[in-house]
Amino acid sequence: MKISIGPIQYYWERKKVFAFYDRLPDSAVDIVYLGETVCSKRRELQLADWLAIAKQLTAAGKEVILSTLALLEAESELASLQKIITNGIYMVEANDVAAVQLLAGRGHFVLGPHINVYNNETLMLLHEMGAKRWVIPVELGREIVTELLGNRPPGLESELFAYGRLPLAFSARCFSARAHNRPKDNCDFVCRDYPDGLTLYTQDEKPFLILNGIQVQSAVVHNLVTHLGELVKLGVDVIRIAPQAEGMTEIIAAVRDVLEGRLQPEMTTELLVPYQPYGCCDGYWYGQAGMTRIQNNQRQDSG
Amino acid sequence: MSALNRKIELVCPAGNLPALRAAIDNGADAVYIGFRGDSNARNFPGLNFSPAEVLKGLEYVKKNGKRLFLAINTYPVPARWKEFVHTVDTAVDIGVDALILADIGLMRYASRTYPSLRLHLSVQGSATNRYAITFYHEQFGIRRVVLPRVLSLAQVQHLINKTTVEVEVFGYGSLCVMVEGRCALSSFVTGDSPNSAGVCSPAHAVRWVETPSGRESYLNGILINCHKTEEIAGYPTLCKGRFRVNRHVFHAIEEPTSLNVLEILPDLVKSGVTAIKVEGRQRSTAYVSLVARTLRAALDACFADPENFVPSIDWIAQLKLLSEGSCNTLGAYHRSWQ
Repeated sequence: MKISIGPIQYYWERKKVFAFYDRLPDSAVDIVYLGETVCSKRRELQLADWLAIAKQLTAAGKEVILSTLALLEAESELASLQKIITNGIYMVEANDVAAVQLLAGRGHFVLGPHINVYNNETLMLLHEMGAKRWVIPVELGREIVTELLGNRPPGLESELFAYGRLPLAFSARCFSARAHNRPKDNCDFVCRDYPDGLTLYTQDEKPFLILNGIQVQSAVVHNLVTHLGELVKLGVDVIRIAPQAEGMTEIIAAVRDVLEGRLQPEMTTELLVPYQPYGCCDGYWYGQAGMTRIQNNQRQDSG
Repeated sequence: MSALNRKIELVCPAGNLPALRAAIDNGADAVYIGFRGDSNARNFPGLNFSPAEVLKGLEYVKKNGKRLFLAINTYPVPARWKEFVHTVDTAVDIGVDALILADIGLMRYASRTYPSLRLHLSVQGSATNRYAITFYHEQFGIRRVVLPRVLSLAQVQHLINKTTVEVEVFGYGSLCVMVEGRCALSSFVTGDSPNSAGVCSPAHAVRWVETPSGRESYLNGILINCHKTEEIAGYPTLCKGRFRVNRHVFHAIEEPTSLNVLEILPDLVKSGVTAIKVEGRQRSTAYVSLVARTLRAALDACFADPENFVPSIDWIAQLKLLSEGSCNTLGAYHRSWQ
């Protein structure tokens, strides 16, 4: 099973982005998704910068995919998308049907997590159009994934979001700017001050969601590391880890060690605690509320 | 003054037969409905139509020379595929004027099996730009797209200039803050989402707690809002709760408010939209009657004399009465909302 690193969803400073990818050549990662997927106003890095990083990672033996915006509205955003799609070297991850439309007939592409694929009929058509890999929507659980994988078109790889804060929603509104009483058009890039997003708490002080510009994420980390054996058996080809500001080296190493049998899956629960300030969840995998932590509870129940 | 010669369709919601009749009686050009169950994005207990009721509704709509659209706009998972296909077949057999679909696989089935069937891309299909619309048009021949509530008025206008597909926009009703069809907030908290179960913040997960200072609302154990005794306690839709971010407790995602385009109706009409849609299949017959009547009057006035159109105080007052939190917004149509 391959390990992928999803696109950085936060707005990190240029230096931090380069430093992040400088560490990846020596890591146990197989695939790296690059590019801005959340907000077109974020321009610390231009396409040329991403291509430079891509070159470096490719030279280190990593497969590189250029990822694209999930919410496309303005013509300028469509023009940027067009440029990424015609890069001529790297495969592209579509996060909107617009990207599928532009990628169809141009060879292979990846269906990102923000394209709604809930059944094999949808999968079949998109595969015919050139989809080579498909990132399963985060809200789909084990039962549905099993059925989808059992009947997927031959040759189509599957990728599952297995570790990180869940990308849950996108809006026209910038919630980071709103929280600072600023209009989106004059946001002063306030999201840059929050390398792991801005935490939203309930009034009884429970960390609930993460505001990341126009995106909303879970505060808890979706963690399927203890399910890796099952994912391998199901035929999942790639598991995705979403970048976060701290602990990526440790997280990647733990996942690889579990996959290679060097580490008991259960051992990671404690090992990864420092990188989950608000805890973790796996409810979606059980077909339940995504925020719940089922495996841990089951163990407590049986113990 | 110059009257406009192009009509705009007023598309109204109905959750049952009385609401459907009320919509038609009060000026709707078309009514959209759904079957009972989770094949549509308003899967509420006691709501929606059996096939026999759809047929009755269709008869009433036809008798009045209007149109009936049926939404099958959730995403079928493999175990439900056959059932959804059957739902499409049933709707076609009954003879509704259009199907409102969101799922790519289901659209492929419908367009291949019934090439002359009129297909509308549901707002749940999440098409916010011309390439996405072109995809659905080329692949399935969709004739109309319902736009997600994320575009500014200028963007709507631009999009209409760039596509040959009819454009339907929301004109009134509860406001989805997120891009429709791509929001998993509800399933994150409750297990059920609009995509998977046709619901958002479902009633089965709601719990109210009386406290000495007022009422608290919870969604599957998550505190969504605290209302003081004197405050009206609204339904705990999770994106409309009050939360703390940094040091402030506020409606961090959105206030309880309803979309209302009265103020910009002439601009919307001139932009070339084909239809204006009212949200609220889950709302009462009284709601459907009042909104249909008010928007009918406003549209007629706007058509007669777009240059001098001013929303009447009565219309504004009536629509405000029906709004969430008695509050109206232009939503994303107005850039400052974003």
